[in-house]
Amino acid sequence: MSLRNSAGPAAALGAFALLLGGIALAFLWVPNDADQGFSQRIFYIHVPVALTAYACFGWGAWKALRLLWTREQRYDLESYTAIHMGVIFGVLTLVTGSIWARISWGVWWSWSEQQLVLFLVLFLFYSAYFMLRYSTDPGPRRANMSAVYALFGVVLIPVSFLAIRLAKNFIHPVVFTRDGPQMEGTMFLTFCVCLAGVLALATALYQTELAGKRLDVKLRELRESLS
Amino acid sequence: MIVSARGLERRFGEKHALRGVDLELGERDLLVVTGANGSGKSTLLALLAGLLAPTRGELDVSVERGAIGFLAHEPLVYRELTAHENLELYGRLYRVPERRERIGMLLERYGLWEARHERVSAYSRGMAQRLALCRTLLHDPALLLLDEPFSALDEAGAAILDEELASLAGERALVLATHEPGRLIALATLELALA
Amino acid sequence: MSAYFGDVAALARKDLLLELRARDTVPAMLLFVVSALVVFRFSLPTEASDLAATGLLWIAVVFTALLGLTRAFAAERDQRLLDGLVLAPCDRSAIWLAKGTSVLAFLVLAEAIALPAFALFFSPIGWETVAAFALADLGIAAVGTLLAAMAAASRARELLLPLLFLPLVIPIVVGGVGASVEPDPGRYLAFLGLYDLVFAILAWASFEYVVTE
Repeated sequence: MSLRNSAGPAAALGAFALLLGGIALAFLWVPNDADQGFSQRIFYIHVPVALTAYACFGWGAWKALRLLWTREQRYDLESYTAIHMGVIFGVLTLVTGSIWARISWGVWWSWSEQQLVLFLVLFLFYSAYFMLRYSTDPGPRRANMSAVYALFGVVLIPVSFLAIRLAKNFIHPVVFTRDGPQMEGTMFLTFCVCLAGVLALATALYQTELAGKRLDVKLRELRESLS
Repeated sequence: MIVSARGLERRFGEKHALRGVDLELGERDLLVVTGANGSGKSTLLALLAGLLAPTRGELDVSVERGAIGFLAHEPLVYRELTAHENLELYGRLYRVPERRERIGMLLERYGLWEARHERVSAYSRGMAQRLALCRTLLHDPALLLLDEPFSALDEAGAAILDEELASLAGERALVLATHEPGRLIALATLELALA
Repeated sequence: MSAYFGDVAALARKDLLLELRARDTVPAMLLFVVSALVVFRFSLPTEASDLAATGLLWIAVVFTALLGLTRAFAAERDQRLLDGLVLAPCDRSAIWLAKGTSVLAFLVLAEAIALPAFALFFSPIGWETVAAFALADLGIAAVGTLLAAMAAASRARELLLPLLFLPLVIPIVVGGVGASVEPDPGRYLAFLGLYDLVFAILAWASFEYVVTE
């Protein structure tokens, strides 16, 4: 396993460039949304962050599957790091979504916001993932259980989404409506740039954290063999 | 070679329970594993049984799960079931042929026939250990792993076990972990001392 | 194939026999669910709707299930017996299926008391609610049994199981309450069926990895 974080600096640079460009586009270039005005621009951060969180959870589940398939322990670290990233971006989704709700409707939280409710459920689920890891002794057993739980998580995403859609009738009457913005040319381009930027940021963070954790493992092993 | 291990290592978090063990066991070998408490004897046996995976090194056990008999530290019998019910359950899971007869034969040999319909919670430590031995031998395993088999046994049980081991040695592959090898050395074909 | 179900039957029989002898889990569940309903009666203001009460019924059952699940692997955990079962040549998923069946049985017993009690304390129950509980029980047993095995392997056990279980039970509660109160229960019952199918298959396939290394 390579300790060199070769992809990291490139991804970080790319993320910086894309995000800078994306924010510039979002604030300066793109026209105001017809319905919601200036406040709609947070959409360009909120949705990419949400999609990135989903991508991280999916990546974590993929690595989990690899672990169970090959029994190679290195996938445990990769799965864990991906899910950690997913939770960070999940929290960001909740925060940006909450800000958007505040700006749009004057409330910090709305149960009819299906995306937000879904992320709340996922946040609870993946927090329990960390509780599971924390309260189990490290080793192949913990790696297996974490992997199985990560797979449950990725299945929970569509199931919860369906549930929340079904629930909207009796959890909260639909008071606020917001149609997804009809994205024409400039909006779509800005959105793509922001999405690419956030994904690149996630990749950079992922590579960095993974390299750091691997370094820890290597250090421990060296210390062990010296003692 | 029924068991082949090279550089076998098992870590629990930071602590190494077992380090750099090499092992070759044939179908009729009797291996005595010695070492002080905490030297990794139980860990080695658990690895051979397949309950633990090695954190490093290679381990190749060429018999399938159903042909391994493992006598662990705990008797691995349900305390609220009777001896008979416990052996019935294991006999079913291990697909033991002529289950009834085999169970009856083992219970008699180990002096548990009279108490077979009593719950294990009413047994003494020695009786529970004898039942554990019955469980281990029930499916006539090709590889026997015994972790300190004499430690919880009473006099009568120890005598029966001595006899059993004498008849099994040279017929099966056996691995015995013990911290007092005295009575077993005569039968051993291999020895492994863990630090 | 018949050997597999023979294993499941033997293991399930063992679980039911153990409960019959110990008699601690089911009575506790029964007492808990009735007590919870009584507490809810006091906690709801008099003008509260039947709908709110139905929601609380589902809560009561979910937490009763949690109580049962916490005890599910107690014997195996305390006496390291799971090792004995895992060593056997039978498919490990048979352990899950057998244990899940006994959990299901206990849950159904608890509901056999809880639903009439609810009808007595609050308001009558329709067939949709019963159907919803039947479907929900399958999902709870399937997912809960696997999570109980995970929690049993950790240090925090009783603390961990609710944390693992509750996020996964949210869709069940949505489906169950929806079927109980909405005029068109079909969608919610179908959703519960989907949940059961998807998570039962996942749990069945992955149980092996939860109990081995």
